[in-house]
Amino acid sequence: MFDKGPYVWQPQKLDMFRKSRKAQDKRLYVWQLPVRLSHWLNILTITTLIITGYYISDPFMHAISEDQSIMAKMRFIHFVSAHILIASAILRIYWLFAGNKFARLKEFFPYTKEKRKEAIEFIKFYSFLKKEVHHPIGHNALAAISYSFTYFMIFLAILTGYALYSESHTGFFWYLAGGWVFGIISDGTIRLIHHSVMWVLTAFLIVHVYIVWLNDNIEGNGLISSIFTGYKIYHKD
Amino acid sequence: MGTKDTIYEGLFNYGITRRDFMKFCTTMSATLALSSTSIPKIAEALQQKKKPYAVWLHFQECTGDTESLLRATKPSIAQIVLDIISLEYHETIMAGSGHSAEKALHDVVKNQKGKYFALVEGSIPTKDGGIYCVIAGKTAVEIAKEVCGNALVTINVGSCSCWGGIGSAKPNPTGATGTASVVPGIKYINLPGCPANAENITATIVHYLTFGTLPALDRYNRPLFAYGKRIHDNCERRPHFDAGQFVRKWGDEGHRLGWCLYEMGCKGPMAYQNCPTVKWNDGISYPIQSGHPCFACASNDSWDVFGPIYNRAPHVPGASYQATADKIGAAVVAGTAAAVATHAVIRTFLGYKQKERFSKEKNEADKMK
Ligand code: HEM
Ligand code: HEM
Ligand code: SF4
Repeated sequence: MFDKGPYVWQPQKLDMFRKSRKAQDKRLYVWQLPVRLSHWLNILTITTLIITGYYISDPFMHAISEDQSIMAKMRFIHFVSAHILIASAILRIYWLFAGNKFARLKEFFPYTKEKRKEAIEFIKFYSFLKKEVHHPIGHNALAAISYSFTYFMIFLAILTGYALYSESHTGFFWYLAGGWVFGIISDGTIRLIHHSVMWVLTAFLIVHVYIVWLNDNIEGNGLISSIFTGYKIYHKD
Repeated sequence: MGTKDTIYEGLFNYGITRRDFMKFCTTMSATLALSSTSIPKIAEALQQKKKPYAVWLHFQECTGDTESLLRATKPSIAQIVLDIISLEYHETIMAGSGHSAEKALHDVVKNQKGKYFALVEGSIPTKDGGIYCVIAGKTAVEIAKEVCGNALVTINVGSCSCWGGIGSAKPNPTGATGTASVVPGIKYINLPGCPANAENITATIVHYLTFGTLPALDRYNRPLFAYGKRIHDNCERRPHFDAGQFVRKWGDEGHRLGWCLYEMGCKGPMAYQNCPTVKWNDGISYPIQSGHPCFACASNDSWDVFGPIYNRAPHVPGASYQATADKIGAAVVAGTAAAVATHAVIRTFLGYKQKERFSKEKNEADKMK
């Protein structure tokens, strides 16, 4: 029955086969809980911050009645998300020093010679100049560079955000949290930076989600689920 | 002018009653955010002190600060500020001209060295040897060095003398800047604004006469009593901001109803001055109250980095005038999305490794019996 003729779709069989292969695949625990937790907090808060922040800068919705307090609510949500983002940042900074190999500070500065080569390999891979590329277990060098850039952007958002926050929340604590920045750059520049970071992070979000999806598709390495479960899959071949 | 009189006598000669005088002291105490116990102190100081000498210099400016001072509808503030000081030199309002005017200035600088107030209006050009502003054969830089350098204290009236003001906006063709950077090391106070508020000028002088010191200053050398609070936090349109009710076009319904001017480019959230409480022209109104957005005239780089007057989207330094951060940002995001989409299409044509693996699996599965 199987000998000849056109291919006949046999899901059960294929499933059996893949299961046997799957047994040979390695599941590696890469992203520890704090990394995943912090990442999810980042997604939630940053998406919220981008939306509410854009509203603050350009109030596209208008209140129909006096008691809607749309702007007040947007700002409230913006500030609550900001405080959660800080919590996430503190957690991630702690894990830069306490985490596993893939979570450490060193991972984000891939400036050794091999790492530089790896980054170039990945650039070639993404620009279709190379068909295959070896995926390291943690972040690849190019991803690591993009993440340190992103973390720097988030740092800028927090710094300028808390500076702006200190304009309406006076007192020594908020001065320490951000008010001192006004001693270095002016209000207009602080707002320009804060505002521009929103656009940079939006662009990052698009590329990042695409690349993650792409790698998951190309490699079948369960990259998307890895950020839920912590496990990445490494095929035998 | 009767410079030997005390301030109080001088006022009296101009027909100001004791009642007016006490009212003035009360206003000053309120403007300076002092408690009511300081009213008698102010009154006493003004009654006993000799009129201080003062000179008013004009450099690159529009005389807006002088106008602001003289335009007060009631005589009180304008008259009083001109009467509590012995103004020896002021190009716009002095009677003398030519050499006699110059002599008046030099007499003060020579005879009252270290004892007079120098009020400065206008920016000082520094490019090309300072030739863009020359008075009586001397450049503004030279005059400022001589007059401000020998003053008890320099009071920079209006944004131009504080840090260059509109004259220093990019590309700043004359190299305009403020007195403090031309004459480093002087004791000075900044009363920026476009123009500066007459009430704040007077209150600063009154504070000096009463307490012998400058009022508490912020990081830009502006007195905290006048520049310590944000306009946005004292604005009567603020409830409309919080509600989300914004003027969207000049003269639309929201504009007529007095809604928030944020979307019309209001810089109230980044501007610090006491306009909403002290107001202008003897407390009649101020820009936001009269329906015009604040453009942060008292901030030191409002022309270059605070964005267009009628738009909130900030300018990007180096980019063209129309290119606001939002336009650039939206273009970057759209470009990214397009690049990603193109990449995805090409990738799909080239196929995925996983698909190859999948078909390999299929082949192997086929072979299995
Ligand atoms: C605003 C949203 C996002 C931001 C700022 C962000 C940022 C980051 C950063 C900084 C890392 C490095 C993690 C670390 O070691 O600390 C990372 C990794 C990762 N993110 Fe996101 N991310 C966002 C959204 C998403 C979304 C929506 C997904 C899923 C579809 C996702 C999936 C992943 C995955 C799978 C990794 C691991 C990548 C690797 O192996 O190199 N991210 N992300
Ligand atoms: C990824 C993170 C963030 C994004 C994308 C973001 C985005 C924005 C945007 C676009 C604005 C409008 C700016 C303008 O045009 O004037 C804004 C305002 C603001 N943001 Fe953020 N923000 C972020 C994080 C933060 C953080 C961490 C804080 C800290 C408290 C913060 C506090 C503020 C404040 C105080 C304002 C001004 C609100 C006002 O003027 O009423 N933001 N944000
Ligand atoms: S009008 Fe300007 S200062 Fe007043 S609430 Fe609106 S944005 Fe703030």
